[in-house]
Amino acid sequence: MTTNTTKEIPEAATVPPPGAAPANKVPHGHSRLLTRRDRITLGLMAGLPTVLHIALVWVTALASIALAFTTWDGIGFDSIKWVGLENFKELFTNNPQFWPAVEHNVIWFVVLIVIPTPLGLFLAVQLDKKIRFSRVYQTAFFLPVVLSMAVIGFVWQLIYNPDTGLINSIIGANEPGKYIDWIGDPDLNLWAILIAASWRHTGYMMILYLAGLKGVDPSLREASALDGAGEWQTFKNVIFPTLRPTNTVVLVVTIIEALRAFDLVFVFNKGAEGTELLSILVTNNIIGESSRIGYGSAIAVVLLLISLIVIIPYLVATFRKERRA
Amino acid sequence: MSSNAMTKPRTPVRPARILLHLFLAGAALAWLAPLLWAIYSAMRPYAETSEKGYVSWPDTLNFDNFTNAFTQSDMSHYFVNTMIIAVPAVLLTLFLSSMVAFYVSRFDFRLNLALLLVFTAGNLLPQQVIITPLYRLYLLIDLPGITMSGKLYDSALGLVLIHVAFQSGFCAFVLSNYMRTLPHELTEAALVDGASVWRQYWQIVLPLCKPAMAALATLLSIWIYNDFFWALVLISTGENMPITSALNNLTGAYFTDPNLVAAGALLTAIPTLIVYFVLQRQFVSGLTLGANKG
Repeated sequence: MTTNTTKEIPEAATVPPPGAAPANKVPHGHSRLLTRRDRITLGLMAGLPTVLHIALVWVTALASIALAFTTWDGIGFDSIKWVGLENFKELFTNNPQFWPAVEHNVIWFVVLIVIPTPLGLFLAVQLDKKIRFSRVYQTAFFLPVVLSMAVIGFVWQLIYNPDTGLINSIIGANEPGKYIDWIGDPDLNLWAILIAASWRHTGYMMILYLAGLKGVDPSLREASALDGAGEWQTFKNVIFPTLRPTNTVVLVVTIIEALRAFDLVFVFNKGAEGTELLSILVTNNIIGESSRIGYGSAIAVVLLLISLIVIIPYLVATFRKERRA
Repeated sequence: MSSNAMTKPRTPVRPARILLHLFLAGAALAWLAPLLWAIYSAMRPYAETSEKGYVSWPDTLNFDNFTNAFTQSDMSHYFVNTMIIAVPAVLLTLFLSSMVAFYVSRFDFRLNLALLLVFTAGNLLPQQVIITPLYRLYLLIDLPGITMSGKLYDSALGLVLIHVAFQSGFCAFVLSNYMRTLPHELTEAALVDGASVWRQYWQIVLPLCKPAMAALATLLSIWIYNDFFWALVLISTGENMPITSALNNLTGAYFTDPNLVAAGALLTAIPTLIVYFVLQRQFVSGLTLGANKG
C-alpha cells in the first residue's frame, strides 16, 4: 500500500521534525508526532467551523427553548419576563391554528410516505432494469427536485388558478359561479399543494432508491430467479429486505421534509386557512403583524421536540454502525 | 423478465418491455407537463390568452414575456444579489467543512464522534426551530461600516454566515466519510517526513477529495440558490433579496399577469436547470453520497 501512495506525496520536507519516530506501526499515533504549531493549526481547523455552527445553530436552538418560557417584545433585554408554561398553555388550549397545523404536518408526512415514496421506489426498480433511455426518464422524473420550492409554487399556480389555471379551464370551472378555488378553499388547498409536493418528492425518492438498488448484489437476483421466483417475489423477498438502509434514510428524509415544509405553502397562499403548518405559525410570529417572540418560540420548541424524536435515534444508529465499521 | 436482463447486455424486444417503455414515456411526459404548460403560457401574449382563454391554440408564440419580465423587474440585479451570497457561501462551506472532516477523519481524538454528531444533527433541524432567536441575534449585532445595513440583519454577510453554518453539517459528514476511505499511510508518511498538518490537509488530502468536493459544490450551489426562507426572514429590503425570494415580491409588483409570472418563474429556474443538465452526475452523486452512508 505504501508503495503506491508515496508518489502522491509532493516532495518530502528535508528537515525531519525533532523527535519524530517512525510511526508506520502506530495506526492512530498521529498526535504524538505533532508539533505545537500543528496542534494550534488543528485546533483552529476544527474550532472555527464548530464555533460558527454552534453559535448560529445550537445556541439559537437553545435560545428558542429559553425564550419559549418568556414573553418579550424584542425591545431591550429588560422586557423579557419569565412566564413559565404560559405560552404552551395558550398554544395548546387557545390557539385555533395550532392543532390544525399539527394535523397538516402529519398529513403532509403521511401523504409523502404513502404516495410519492412507493412511486419513487417503483420507478427506481423499473429504471434499474438495464433499460434503454433510462437516463432520459430519470432526468424527467428528477427535474422537479432541482427547482426551488418557490418556482414549483408559481408553476403549479398556473395549473390551480381559479380564473386562468389549466384545471379549471379544462373542466369549465373558470367562470363566476362555477369556480373551484383550489388555492383558497380550506377543504381543497392542502391536497392541491400536496400534489405539487409529491410531484417533487417522487423524483427525490427515486434517486435515493436507485442508489440503493445499485448496491444490491446481482448474484442475489440471479439466485432468486434460478429458484423460479417471479419478479414480484424476487423484489419482495430478496431486493426489498436488502434496501433497509435506504428505507431508513428515506423515512428520515421524508419526516424532515414534512416538518420543514414551508416555501411551497407560503408562495401558494401564505398558510391561509386550510394550509396552516407549524413552520408557518413560527414565521408569522416574526414577520407577521404581531411579533410575539416567546409565543413563536414555544411553537418552535414543539417543532424541535418532534424533530429530535426522529433525529436522535437515527444518528445514534448511524454512528454506532460507523464506529463498528 | 429481469433474469434475462441481467445476463444479456441488450434484451430482445418483448411485449412486456414495450409496455414498460410506454408507461415510462407516458409518466415522464406527465411529469414534465406542469413545466411544459408554464413554458407554453409564458410564450403567449397576455392579450391573446385573455381573449381566447389559456387552453387554446396559439396564434403567436414568442419570448416577449421573458424579455419583459427580465427588464421590467430588473432581474439581473437580483441575480447579482444571489451571486454575492451563493459564491462565498459555497466556497466557505466547503473550506470549513473539509477542515472539520480532515480533523475528524485523520486524528483520533475523543471529540471527533461527538463533533460530527453535533454537526449532522444541526443540519437536520427544521430552519424554523432556530429562526426566532437568529432573527433577534441578527438585529442585535451591529456591524457599522461592514454591511450596508450596519447590522447582520438585512445583509448578504448574514445570509452567507447562516448558509455556511447550516450546510457545513451535511458537508462535514459526507467529506469525513470520504476522507476515511483514503489510506492512512498517506498522511502518516507525510507526517514522518515532517510535513505540517496544514500541508497534509491542503496538499495531500484535499486534492484527493476533488470528486466529493465537486459533487457537494454542485449540490450546495443549487440548494443555496433555491433558498427561500432565510432570505425571506433575514432580509428586509426588497432590493437586497436574492432572486428566489425576490420572486415573491416581484409577483404582483411587476409580474401582473399569469403569462409574466410564468416567464419570471422560469427565468429564475434557468440557472439551476443549466447546472443540473451540465453537472447531473455530480448532483445525483452528492445527494446519494450522504444518504448511502447514513
